[in-house]
Parts: sequence; C-alpha cells; structure tokens
Amino acid sequence: MGQDSQNEIVGRGARDGAELFRQWFSSLGETAEQGAQCAYVFVMGSMNEILKAFDLPVVFPEINSLQTAVRRVAHEYLNEAEDYGYSPDICGYVKADVAVQLRNGEHPMGRIPKPSLAVYTNACNTYIKWAEIWERMYKIPIFTLDVPGSREGGVHTGPGDRSFENDRSYVEAQVRELITLCEEVTGRKFDIDKLREVLSYANDVASSWQRVLKLNASRPSVFNAVTEGTVYLGVANGFRGTETGSRYFKELVEEMEYKSANGVGTLTDEKYRLIFVGVPCYPIFRRFNEMFSDWGGTFVNSTYLWFASGGTNRGYQYDLQRPVESLAEGVLLSVRDAMDSMFHQSYMVEEMIGDMHVDGVVYHPIKSCRTVSTGLADSRRYLMEKCDVPSLFLESDMMDKRVVSEAQMKNRIDAFFEGLASRRSQQAAA
Amino acid sequence: MAYAAGVDVGSTQSKAAIVDENGNLVATALDETGANVVQAAEKVYEQALRSANLREEEIDYVIGTGYGRYKVTFGNAQVTEISCHGRGAVKMFPETRTVIDMGGQDTKAISVNPDGEINDFCMNDKCAAGTGRFLGAAAVALDLPLDELGPTALKSDKPVRISTTCTVFAESEVLSWLGKGKKLPDILWGVHQSIATRTIALVRRVGLEEKITFTGGVTLNVAMVKALEDRLGTRLNVSEQAHYIGALGAALFALDHILESRKPAAKAGVA
Repeated sequence: MGQDSQNEIVGRGARDGAELFRQWFSSLGETAEQGAQCAYVFVMGSMNEILKAFDLPVVFPEINSLQTAVRRVAHEYLNEAEDYGYSPDICGYVKADVAVQLRNGEHPMGRIPKPSLAVYTNACNTYIKWAEIWERMYKIPIFTLDVPGSREGGVHTGPGDRSFENDRSYVEAQVRELITLCEEVTGRKFDIDKLREVLSYANDVASSWQRVLKLNASRPSVFNAVTEGTVYLGVANGFRGTETGSRYFKELVEEMEYKSANGVGTLTDEKYRLIFVGVPCYPIFRRFNEMFSDWGGTFVNSTYLWFASGGTNRGYQYDLQRPVESLAEGVLLSVRDAMDSMFHQSYMVEEMIGDMHVDGVVYHPIKSCRTVSTGLADSRRYLMEKCDVPSLFLESDMMDKRVVSEAQMKNRIDAFFEGLASRRSQQAAA
Repeated sequence: MAYAAGVDVGSTQSKAAIVDENGNLVATALDETGANVVQAAEKVYEQALRSANLREEEIDYVIGTGYGRYKVTFGNAQVTEISCHGRGAVKMFPETRTVIDMGGQDTKAISVNPDGEINDFCMNDKCAAGTGRFLGAAAVALDLPLDELGPTALKSDKPVRISTTCTVFAESEVLSWLGKGKKLPDILWGVHQSIATRTIALVRRVGLEEKITFTGGVTLNVAMVKALEDRLGTRLNVSEQAHYIGALGAALFALDHILESRKPAAKAGVA
C-alpha cells in the first residue's frame, strides 16, 4: 500500500465517525423541524433493532448530554436544571437533558426532537426515573425492558441452561410487548423481514466491534480506547442495525488490521499500556488523555466500550431464522454483560491484563453516577490482591467541571507514572 | 564536590533543600509562597544557597516539586511531591513504610518500599477538609496564632465532637461551640481529632504499615501529632526537619540524576 493509501486508511475511523455524528445530529434536527416521530433510548440496551424495524429515528439523551460537556457548554445546561430545582447531586446527564427539553431541544449539535416513545432497560436505575420525566413532560408511553442480570460475579448461565431459558422467555415476552407498542405509536404493522435486515446489519457491527477491540492487543496499540474508542462507540450506538453502520465497522476493521500489520500505533512512542475503568471525563476530554499520553501512556481498552455499547463488544450474532427469539437472547446476553462490566468488571479486567500486555489500570469514579462508581474501590482492591499491576484512582465527573480539578488530577497522574517508571527501572535492573 | 537541590513550592509555603554528592543535607530554607509563585521559588532557593554558602553554578541539578513545580523556572526537571515525600521520608527514617503528609491544602497517605519508591498513595478529595487549611480556619475563628493551636488543644479535658469535615463550615461550627460556652482547648482538641480521623481513613486506603513518618508543615503542631498517634495506637516518626522532607526528596532525585549521568550508559529514572 502506498503513502496515499496509508494516509487515507489511517485515522479513517475517527474522521468518518465524526462526520457520521454530524450527519446523525443534522438528521435529528430535520426530525425536530418536521415534528416527526422518534424514540428516546439509552446506550445500555437501546433496542435499536426493533425501533429501526419501524423506521423510528433514535435519540440517545446520554450522548446529547455528554456532547454538551465535550463542547464545553455543559455548565450552562447544568445550571439551568439546577435553577429549575434539580440538586447538584443528581446525574449530570439527566440535568443536561432536562435543560435541553426546557430549551425546546436547543443543543450545540443542532435541534433535538421531542420523543414519541422512550425505551430503556434496567441496566441503570436512573434510566427509569429519567424516562418518567419525559412521560410527565410529553405524555408519551415509556417502556422498561427488565433484563435479568447475573446472579453472581463471574458465573454465567447460557443458552440451554434452565435459568437462562427462563430469563430468555421473560425477555422475549417483553420484546413482543414492545413490538405491539411500536405498532400503536407508529400506526405501522410490524414487518419481520425488515427486522431480519436490521439484525443482519447489527450482526456486522457486533462482530466488527469485537474484532476491533481484540486488535488493540497489538503492540503498539492501534487505537486509544478513551479518545478514538469513544468515537467508534458513538457510531456503534447510533448506527447499529443500519447499512451505514455495517459499512463503517467493516472499514474500521480494515483500518485496524492494516495498522496492526504495519505496526502503526496510536502513539509514536508507546511506553505504557493502560486499561480505563469507568466513564470518561468529558469536560476535559482531550486534556485528560494528554495527561497520560505526555508520559507515553495509552489506553488499550476501557470498560466503557463494553457497557456503554450495551454489551455489543461480546459480538453476539442474531439468528435470522428466528429473529424475535434470537433478539431476546442477544439482548439478554449483551445487556447482562454490560451490567457485569459495571458491577463485576474485575474478572474481565483481570483477564485482559495479560492478554493485552497491560502496565496499569486507571479507575475513574465519578460524582454524577453512583451506578458505575459504586464498587470501583472493591474492584480495585480485588485486582491489587490478584495481580501485580499498579492502579490509579482518579475521582472527577463526566459532566460537571465544578468537581473536576485538573491540577490535582495531574498531580496524581504524574505520581502514578513516576511509580511506573521506577518500577520499570527496577525490573530492568533485576 | 557536586551538589543537588530540591525546591518544593507548596500552596502555602515554599521550601528548598540542598544535598551534597553523598546525600547529606547541607542547607534548607523556607518562605511563604504568596501570590507570585515563580518569585517564591527563586527566593527560597537563594536563601538555601546563602545558607549553604554556595553559588548557583555550584548546583549541578535542581528538581522542582509541589503544586508549583512547573513554576520552578530555574529547575532542570519536575517530580511530584508524592514521590518526593516518599523518598525524603525513607532517607530521614529508613524504616518508613507509610508516610502521612499534611500540608496547607492537601493531605496524603503514601505507602513506600524500603527504597522510598511508591507502592500506592491516596489524597484528600478536592476540598480542603482534613488538611492544614482546616486548622487555619479554626485559628481564624478563634483568633489564635497557628503556633498556639497545638499547645492550647492539649490542655483539653473534655473535647467536643466536631461533626463537619468541611473547612468552610468548620468556622461556623467552632463559633457555635463557643456560643454554647465550651472551652477553647476542648473545641480545639475536637478539631484536631476530627482531622486525625479523616487522615487515618486515607491511611487505611493505602494499607497501614509501620513505621509511619509524618511530614509536612502540620508536623510542627504537637496536638496533631498526638491526635494521630492516639488514633493509630503507635508512635510516629517526626523530625524537626519534617517540613523539608518533600524538598529533600526532590534534591535526592536530582542527585540520582547527577550520579546516573556519570555512568557510561545512563539509564532514565523517574526524573
């Protein structure tokens, strides 16, 4: 491959991902202008497959909210919701969304349409209360998909197990209820062949996403799981079940395979390979990463890419011969994995340390979200007992700059790397 | 003889230390940091040079540490005060395995190995609860000079329980106890106990291992030392030079660099 081809392929995923994002928000703006229907969904079990089978555009309020932080206007939205009466302790995503609604959809990426329906899982308990806000605000139907989680950390049931089959039937019954609700909301008849088509595209995204994540075991790593990974994640959520999403991820695999084969790393001089646990620090998204990359540190994986993709990382493939049953099974497995990534991630992180040649683990508990932050201290203790790998605990937030202290954060990060450097010198001397 | 220096620019005070090539501490200096951080670093460094009777050209390597470490414009490199306190504490007390550093704006618990390298560390959250600033707020509320806080607190026979951990609210809580007629020593001892409790929570997070060395400006406060020792049930290593341990650690890292650069194939270390 020549230089021009290399320039074209390397970085394509980030470039095209950013462009798809702009197009997506632009299309949502058109939906808002036309007053057309759309569904509000969440990253942990979006049910994109069903909604896209009804051609319902999907809106991810979590993504809208984090975009206000990335675009450095989150404080305006948070303040507006707090002026309205929300406590500073409430989830920043919820508050930014409330302010978007109070502003009639005004958002830095364009106009956000009002919901016709909201669909969510129990993966986050705040989802349920959040959807109830829209229910009251817009008098719309809301739908909870209750996904049974793992009963015990590290213990997974699977297809064929009695308890799993019970859970699968339970989810399938709910999926069928959701189909009926979508028919009522849209006035359209459910088309099972359309669902098959959506599932087929979703299969492509899931298998490619799994492959992309695995390719980051390459040395040097082929993408940064916190920065570039978050762009890919956005596409995985917004475009799952579409031809565009399918094509994007096939090309992303091509890019990562090329980089892996040719030793093209995300950093020119990769010194430390890290795993990130938690939700990114969006108010200083680039700067946060720079504080690590300045030391030659890069994130080779992130639990965020697992749970915030609704467990798509496990690469589940829907069986197109039995679409609804298989969808229920896939949702059960993937959303359960997403929940495990939040609550029982220690085992997965532990496995990855060896597989991905990891030098350190960075835990990022955030004030805004008890769901992902509770248990991180236990997780870290578990890992420290099991593995000889240094870890760093950094507390901040995913939305609220008032609780992000860059100077203190840098101090901790610098000390962490000083420790890694010293450890490496000792190992070299031994 | 080669010399190395460390300049620790903290939020409240700046400290400097100079060591000779054998690692002996030959001079220290201390000054208020104030608003001009660059100037504070220069001033305290000049004081240390004068005290050691050395010229700037005679110092081969300088490391800046503390929050203002990047403002040590004449420095050759920067190392965090977390690494420096660990290194300095083990130099001063070789049996140290845990360091409690209590400064003006933050408190750290640091677990170190016998070489002074960091195993783990934990710091107070973004607020200044449980730090020297908390004592400063109490001193202002009670109109007492800082150096009288400790001796006054130790006269307590019935300490009050300070419930807040917030430095801002500490002042109002202290005033409310005064309003209820509580004695000054009892209120102050309560303040010290409150800080000790919060500090020990940090220590437990990194794992408490003896010996414990107490560093930072608050080591000068006898009541703080006692409150920590009472709660930990052990004696702390405390030195009259404890204030300079961060600067000493920085000077030792600077010395490493000098010694390393003399080797034929120099390897990169922390600095």
